[in-house]
Amino acid sequence: MESVVAQAGLVLLRDSVEWEGRSLLKALIKKSALCGERVHILGCEVSEDEFREGFDASVNSRLIYHDVFRDPLNWSQSGEALPGGPLGALQAMCRRTDPGPVTIALDSLSWLLLHLPCPALCQALCALSQQHSCPGGGSPAEPVRVLCLLHEELHGPGPLGALSSLAQAEVILSGTMGQASAHILSRRPQQHPTRQTQWFSILPDLSLDLQGGPPLESQPHPEPHTPPVSKGAGARTRECGGGVRDSSHEQRKHPLDLQVDPTAHMTFNLHLSESERAAKDSLTLPFQFSSEKQQALLRPGPRQATGRIFYEPDAYDDLDQEDPDDDLDV
Amino acid sequence: GKLTLLCDAKTDGSFLVHHFLSFYLKANCKVCFVALVQSFSHYNIVGRKLGVSLTAARECGQLVFLEGLKSSVDVFFRAQAEPHPLQFLREADVGNLQPLYEFIREALKPMEDGQAAWRYPVLLVDDLSVLLSLGLGAVAGLDFMHYCRVAVCWEQKGNIVALVHDSGDAEDEENDILLNGLSHQSHLILRAEGLATGFCRDVHGQLKILWRTPSQPAAQRDRSLTYQYKIQDKSVSFFAKGMSPAVL
Repeated sequence: MESVVAQAGLVLLRDSVEWEGRSLLKALIKKSALCGERVHILGCEVSEDEFREGFDASVNSRLIYHDVFRDPLNWSQSGEALPGGPLGALQAMCRRTDPGPVTIALDSLSWLLLHLPCPALCQALCALSQQHSCPGGGSPAEPVRVLCLLHEELHGPGPLGALSSLAQAEVILSGTMGQASAHILSRRPQQHPTRQTQWFSILPDLSLDLQGGPPLESQPHPEPHTPPVSKGAGARTRECGGGVRDSSHEQRKHPLDLQVDPTAHMTFNLHLSESERAAKDSLTLPFQFSSEKQQALLRPGPRQATGRIFYEPDAYDDLDQEDPDDDLDV
Repeated sequence: GKLTLLCDAKTDGSFLVHHFLSFYLKANCKVCFVALVQSFSHYNIVGRKLGVSLTAARECGQLVFLEGLKSSVDVFFRAQAEPHPLQFLREADVGNLQPLYEFIREALKPMEDGQAAWRYPVLLVDDLSVLLSLGLGAVAGLDFMHYCRVAVCWEQKGNIVALVHDSGDAEDEENDILLNGLSHQSHLILRAEGLATGFCRDVHGQLKILWRTPSQPAAQRDRSLTYQYKIQDKSVSFFAKGMSPAVL
């Protein structure tokens, strides 16, 4: 997952109501900050305090927060709102000239898409993720990574498609049985798009814990096309210490309490004890023609009733005295 | 500072609104109730069954009640220069809810004399889908809730409880945007659904509880629970799925 997400360009994190993506966004921001990058955050949906919650002081000092949340539409008329509104703030980010690799996080792109016209937003995103060269010239262009949080259910296929086509990587969040997964689609220039599914969880200190496969109970065999995550592959991967544990190569025993045991709280007994099993096996069924029954029929004993019929003719019977039944050879 | 979203699908979720109203009033919080769907007396009657008197709360200042049904008519009979919370009803083009937001902000402002008479403020809205029927756009509704969150949840550390109807199969795009947008911003979602098999005398519906923490990583298990319920005269009884006393 790191090699895919570490590349420069636009990265879309698509989440849903059930599988929220802000914690993944914060985990990626923490990774970038620990690598020494400056991180600019355009915060529209949650307050700065709420967003900074969970980061430690060293990470927090590297985050530059542009607060659109407090007064996005300038209703309070207090002059505290960012000039130019959200679009102005976004365009101002394109023009910043600080050196060094930079990560820009948009929380969230959905908010911007609901309030700004889609073409203007796409143009701003393009301008943001292009590689800028420093105005002084001479130094090479620094890659810019733009992480965007997008809520899938809020937008139609048109804007989603437009944003997908701009993105270098898309991470679609889902999960099963309490375990989150990220379906990663990455488009590198002059290469085929690659797809990868990665199971992960976010620890309370906002570090990313990658897991090798889905919970054992949901699949009898692991995903055949989940490649082991490569570390240090490719020149563009930025290796950072700390913050990521890759346990895909070890057999991870998922806690058994993830599996629901249907026999746990039953009011009846499904198992047989040894004596019960023996009694069951030795039981003769009533309609089973076993050897004992065969012998009993062949040799009618004195206790066996030979089956005599006692017949009382009633009023409706037609007994013909001239043709009695006694001569029937039955 | 939490936003709780109540939504109902194929059933009536207003029992949750009554519950939260009486709960917060009993907890001695200052409540601003934007009631757009029913009259004051309706809530008062139900509130009395649950053990609170809305009239008394309103008189002593604990409850600020905006009766949408009555005051929406006032909009048309007032001079236009005076701002009214439901001003958007009068505007020809797509309006916004800034006057309503200002009203709420004013109502829940902490008291000037410094006396902490009530605990944290609470905003209750019943319900937001009605605003869409009145001509407001979904984005305007979301902006209104955004500003309410800034004022109530962030500045004053209060709570907000809002009810939104889920149109389900009715393919109402604006409602879906409003519902999903709010779901992403809420910390707790209570979803009352009718049973998939239809109406039942003993089980009135099913309640799904989903805890979301928009910015903190959540514990992966037990984030969502489902209960079935039956509404009685003064309370609601909950039981696990399939375990209704009528069935067992």
